[in-house]
Amino acid sequence: MVKGSNEQKRKLKMKESIKIETRDLNFFYGHNHVLKNINLVCAERKVTAIIGPSGCGKSTFIRLLNRMNDVIPAARLEGEVLIDGENIYSSDMDVVDLRRRVGMVFQKPNPFPKSIFDNVAYGLRVNGSHDRHKVEERVEKSLREAALWDEVKDRLKDNALSLSGGQQQRLCIARALAVEPEVILFDEPCSAIDPIATAKIEELIARLKENYTVVIVTHNMQQAARVSDYTAFLWLGQLIEFDRTEKIFTNPGNKLTEDYITGRFG
Amino acid sequence: MSRPVKRKKRLSQIKEESIRLFFLAHGLLAVIVLGGIFVLILSNAVPAFKEISIKEFLMSHTWDPTSPEKAEYGILSMIASTMMVTVGALFIAIPVGVGVAAYLSDVASWRVREIVKPVVEILAGIPSVVVGFLGIVLFGPIIARIFNISSGLTALNGSILLAIMALPTIISISEDSLNAVPQSYSEASLALGASRWQTLIRVRLPAALSGIIASIMLGLGRAIGETMTVLMATGNARSFPHGFLDSIRTLTANIAIELGEVPYHTTHYYGLFAIGLTLFLITFGVNLIADIILNKYQQREQ
Amino acid sequence: MKRRMWFNLSQPTKKKALFQAMGFFVLRLCVYFVLFILLLFVYDLLKKGGGVISWEFLTQPPRRGMTEGGIFPAIVGTFLVTLITAFLAVPLGIFAAIYLNEYARQGRLTRLIRLSIRNLAGVPSIVYGLFGVILFVNVMSFGTSVLSAGLTLGLLTLPWTITASEEALKTVPNSFREGALALGATKWQAIRTNVLPYAFPGMLTGAVLGLARAAGETAPIMFTGAAFYLPYLPRSLKDQFMALPYHLYIMATQHHAIQQVRPLAYGTALVLLVLVLGLNLTAIIVRYRLRRRRQLAGW
Repeated sequence: MVKGSNEQKRKLKMKESIKIETRDLNFFYGHNHVLKNINLVCAERKVTAIIGPSGCGKSTFIRLLNRMNDVIPAARLEGEVLIDGENIYSSDMDVVDLRRRVGMVFQKPNPFPKSIFDNVAYGLRVNGSHDRHKVEERVEKSLREAALWDEVKDRLKDNALSLSGGQQQRLCIARALAVEPEVILFDEPCSAIDPIATAKIEELIARLKENYTVVIVTHNMQQAARVSDYTAFLWLGQLIEFDRTEKIFTNPGNKLTEDYITGRFG
Repeated sequence: MSRPVKRKKRLSQIKEESIRLFFLAHGLLAVIVLGGIFVLILSNAVPAFKEISIKEFLMSHTWDPTSPEKAEYGILSMIASTMMVTVGALFIAIPVGVGVAAYLSDVASWRVREIVKPVVEILAGIPSVVVGFLGIVLFGPIIARIFNISSGLTALNGSILLAIMALPTIISISEDSLNAVPQSYSEASLALGASRWQTLIRVRLPAALSGIIASIMLGLGRAIGETMTVLMATGNARSFPHGFLDSIRTLTANIAIELGEVPYHTTHYYGLFAIGLTLFLITFGVNLIADIILNKYQQREQ
Repeated sequence: MKRRMWFNLSQPTKKKALFQAMGFFVLRLCVYFVLFILLLFVYDLLKKGGGVISWEFLTQPPRRGMTEGGIFPAIVGTFLVTLITAFLAVPLGIFAAIYLNEYARQGRLTRLIRLSIRNLAGVPSIVYGLFGVILFVNVMSFGTSVLSAGLTLGLLTLPWTITASEEALKTVPNSFREGALALGATKWQAIRTNVLPYAFPGMLTGAVLGLARAAGETAPIMFTGAAFYLPYLPRSLKDQFMALPYHLYIMATQHHAIQQVRPLAYGTALVLLVLVLGLNLTAIIVRYRLRRRRQLAGW
């Protein structure tokens, strides 16, 4: 089991600065001890993948990073989650602002039943930008970043629900990018998408790390191997192994990790 | 199969089929009753138009069938009165109703909902005659005192009371619509840094709009068709209304007032049925629109 | 957003928090308005009608042109007419619901039936009154009577009993039906033995709610049988009858001594309200108890 995060940094000889860090993170749903003693770091402007069999707590974990689990009444957290060194669970944290800084793309694409333009502009309008020019500029910029601009530039007023699944997901990515977050969380973004669209999104994620810190949860190991720089293997709520991706997939340190990767279970 | 078994099987099939037909007949009952109401009212309304021109019926301000000189059969004043009191009611009931629905679905704690929902159901259960009575003894005098007029039995009184009667419909259906909005929309909105209020106004209410509009149409239908409340609380003056402090007479109230004393099979009598037909068609139309809206909504969700 | 150090919040968040507080406050006002109205109603009725209620009021007939005495005949009349309503609306409603939920297939006919039910629910009560006058009073020659009024009210209540019964039938798990059919039962046997017993209490609750509504209606009975003062209780179905809603209406609007009988009118309103709400409450409690018992039994 992986111990304290400073040790991790030393062990991995991480030269990059740390964007996200969890310290002794324990999470409970009512009486269910869902996440046990997670100590994990996510490097800035790198992609960190979280893998593991279904039900091991991956989605729960990632939702802690932007405090989306706050809306669940029976949820309880112990330990710390630090972003840029600040504990985001301290009582004086501005959660609303946190959610702007830490964006999220969900498993099932969930564009609003509005136009494509209004979807991407939503975050801007909600955060106070009403200058039409600025909004239009940002919308175009985000759609380009999400590799969707060319496909929709002539139909920005169309309803977002008329797009294909893969396009809708890229739209959700554009929507998240529009508010200029520092971190983007992906919760199994391709599990509801066809393989060709998936490839496009993986390409996109690889490019995004130039500007954003990315954390991605996936049950598709090949995807994790292709896309990420660091990988964390979660099993039954515990962090079994955390290391550079190439190491995890070629020479895992833990037998459990090896068994999972080679498909012996999960 | 041997013959006795075949006979038994056929008998039981006949029995099952006749049972099915029995229930089918009852299912058709609703259609028959609706059709029957329409046909009977129509057949007693048509004779009226031998004497009254449709133009006069719909366009004339004056309804004075018992006048010794010239009997007049214009329902325009009553239509205007009905519209007025209904619009006034919706003016109150829509914001308050949607507001309560939004509160119940987005803000209220479980405990508050357990109190407010029964209150709304109780309000829905109050008989219209009791509401009308309270209009006479409670709200009427208050209106009279506030506006310094001799009698509070006015369109305003009717609007307030009809709003109270339409509120439970609007509240419960709007709340259902808001609860049906997929949670994924709210999650996406919150994840972008929106507040709960922004999420409600910008995402949830627009998404629930069809259901809310349908609830308003149903409330509208209820208000138009309401009889006792307006009969008791609006003063029943026949003249064309000029303001909310005027006494008015709605289509429904007029039937209730005159049906008791009208001699059978006179033009006046048929004229009342013509008003009934008008009411039937109006509420039918409103219900149809509500249905269409709800259907479009369900289709889009699929 | 929970309580936190205000000065630690960013500008945009403060603005959002402010708008949210104002917005939710307005919503809260709407709720207070509704609560206030109900409280006002109840308070006024209790204050001015409570004093009138007495054993005498409930069990004596009216005297001296309704300026004294009680409303016993009106209570009896309401009870009688509601009974007739029940005889018409409840079984027919249940059978129609059985057709809709158990036999009907998706298609034009079913849609037509459902459209008709929705429209029947929306027909103004006075139009039912007109219909009742033609069909029951005249064509069928029942005259103005308990029977005519009860049948008219029955038609008015029909859409509600159909809807409530259908809701009850919908709660029956499909496995009940399939289990019986798999054992060789015919469709009707499956319904009779498995579906109906489970749904019946719910149907009954819905029926009571519909009847509570019928008991409070005035317009359908005004011209089909209700009368303001009758010397005797109705002795047959063909007699006229007194009824609480109609009684209240006349006392409040057409009585020759309106001001004098105002307290009696309050009393009548209170009795009617208690009756209707009491029926509602009973039905809801029964439904709640039934659901709890079912949950505990693991159904």
